[in-house]
Amino acid sequence: MNAATDTPGLLRLRGIRRSFGEKLVLDGVDLDVDAHQVVALVGASGSGKSTLLRTVNLLETIDDGEILLAGEDVSDPRVDADAVRARIGVVFQHYNLFPHLSVLDNVTLAARLVHRMPRADAERRGLELLDSVGLAGFAAAFPDRLSGGQQQRVAIVRAIATGPELLLLDEVTSALDPELVGEVLALVRSLAEGGTTILMATHEMAFAREVADRVVFLDAGRIIEDAPAHEFFTAPREARTREFLTRFLRE
Amino acid sequence: MPEPTQTDAASVPDDRGRSGEPSWQPSERELERRSFRRRQTRRSVLVSAGSTLVFAGLLLWALLGSPGWAKVQASFFDPEVALASLPRILEGLWLNIQVLVAASIGVTLVALLLATLRTLRGPVFFPLRALAAGYTDLFRGMPLIIVLYLVGFGIPGLDFFPRVPVAVWGTLALILTYSAYVSEVFRAGIEAVHPSQRLAARSLGLGHGQTMRRIVLPQALRKVTPALMNDFVAMQKDVGLISVLGAVDAVRAAQIESAHFYNFTPYVVAGLLFVLLAWPMIRLTDWVSARMRAREQAGSIV
Ligand SMILES: Nc1ncnc2c1ncn2[C@@H]1O[C@H](COP(=O)(O)OP(=O)(O)OP(=O)(O)O)[C@@H](O)[C@H]1O
Ligand SMILES: [Mg+2]
Repeated sequence: MNAATDTPGLLRLRGIRRSFGEKLVLDGVDLDVDAHQVVALVGASGSGKSTLLRTVNLLETIDDGEILLAGEDVSDPRVDADAVRARIGVVFQHYNLFPHLSVLDNVTLAARLVHRMPRADAERRGLELLDSVGLAGFAAAFPDRLSGGQQQRVAIVRAIATGPELLLLDEVTSALDPELVGEVLALVRSLAEGGTTILMATHEMAFAREVADRVVFLDAGRIIEDAPAHEFFTAPREARTREFLTRFLRE
Repeated sequence: MPEPTQTDAASVPDDRGRSGEPSWQPSERELERRSFRRRQTRRSVLVSAGSTLVFAGLLLWALLGSPGWAKVQASFFDPEVALASLPRILEGLWLNIQVLVAASIGVTLVALLLATLRTLRGPVFFPLRALAAGYTDLFRGMPLIIVLYLVGFGIPGLDFFPRVPVAVWGTLALILTYSAYVSEVFRAGIEAVHPSQRLAARSLGLGHGQTMRRIVLPQALRKVTPALMNDFVAMQKDVGLISVLGAVDAVRAAQIESAHFYNFTPYVVAGLLFVLLAWPMIRLTDWVSARMRAREQAGSIV
């Protein structure tokens, strides 16, 4: 981990390539996320956002490039992938809660199994977190009793329950009914304000503009523009970005 | 890690108090509808009970009125023979139960192993996958009675294991055949668990084995419980086949008694005992399946 001193970014991606068969989905992606930063990943459907996030979490192998987490090259095959995943929280578009476990068990599973925390401690911590998002009353319920927005908030709590260094969010509101989006975004906002390092793929441009430090525009597997949020929306440098934003605003 | 701060908790009341509002009284209209439904139910129960009785009466009348009934009654339903043969047959049934318990445990373990092997991905595991696939194809295709003969008479013929009781070979044959069926049921269950569940577990840092044990298998088992119970009921009957190897189980005991009394009643006794043994499980299977169907229709799929 001696490289950590001369690499400021918590997460550094260098030349990430990934193809599925003939199709090149990630074409040499470079991206930095500093500690306590919020970076929004935007781009058309199919541009490779989800693939990039899965890559960071080692749920997807890469064909070339480097993934540095706190200075350590975690894309090296000798690195224990499970240990790396345990340091990164992920929230998916469709929540993916475990339907056979109670809400509290969902939240405490990783703490108990991966971090070997005693059950009582894990549950105390889990209840605290559920309480902080107003869901302590559902601790014993099963996920199918909850609304989509509630399930997604549980999924976020599950992802942060073990204190990951980095939180990856993949379009966490796009499966939700419009009236449920707000409660989930409010939770993400409060995490961002609390200093959590977040890399999020999103279609919520207004939210990205408000919460993100930087916005990164991905197009056909390449990063076209990487700019501070304010600049990205008011004065995009690249023609492709402008095109994307106008198309998006029109919809 | 930073603590998440309090967010808008307004939308999240505990929903437990919702159902029982004390002030609500059903309207006249609703009360009338309920009493109509009660009358309807009572009527259907009466109609179906009546038709059952009539049908049973006709059947009995035809049976008792048939010219050969007296002879059949004497050789199949002789109460004295039934009582006299009962202790021996019960003793035999105890062997069936022991075989059933041992075989169930064996089948569960072997079937889980086979199912897990068949779901392993990656070229490294090809030989194991192929082996498991070959095994299930072989034993699903072969009649149980032939497996029984081959195992029960073939293996002892090797003289490696002298003095092993035949019931053990019978148990082994049951395990070989039923684990092939049950592993397919397990496999279907494992594959019915959505891949995103596995992904979510791995993303939390759970290893392959932990993901399988804690996330995939519990959900898979839930999905296939009715099918598994059906296989168990089928095996409960098939334990009677170990009698072909000469093991003195309920069927074999009935055969001996029936030769002794020169009367078929012992077979009827053994048959009824098997039904009694299986009956609780059959009812339970029905109940569980109905409950799961109701749950699925309630739309609780995540
Ligand atoms: N496992 C896979 N096998 C084959 N192709 C895949 C696979 N995963 C992703 N792809 C392809 O990679 C491309 C990028 O997909 P990805 O899901 O990363 O896009 P995205 O930017 O997240 O899109 P969306 O906004 O719709 O979620 C798509 O064309 C997709 O078809
Ligand atoms: Mg996506």
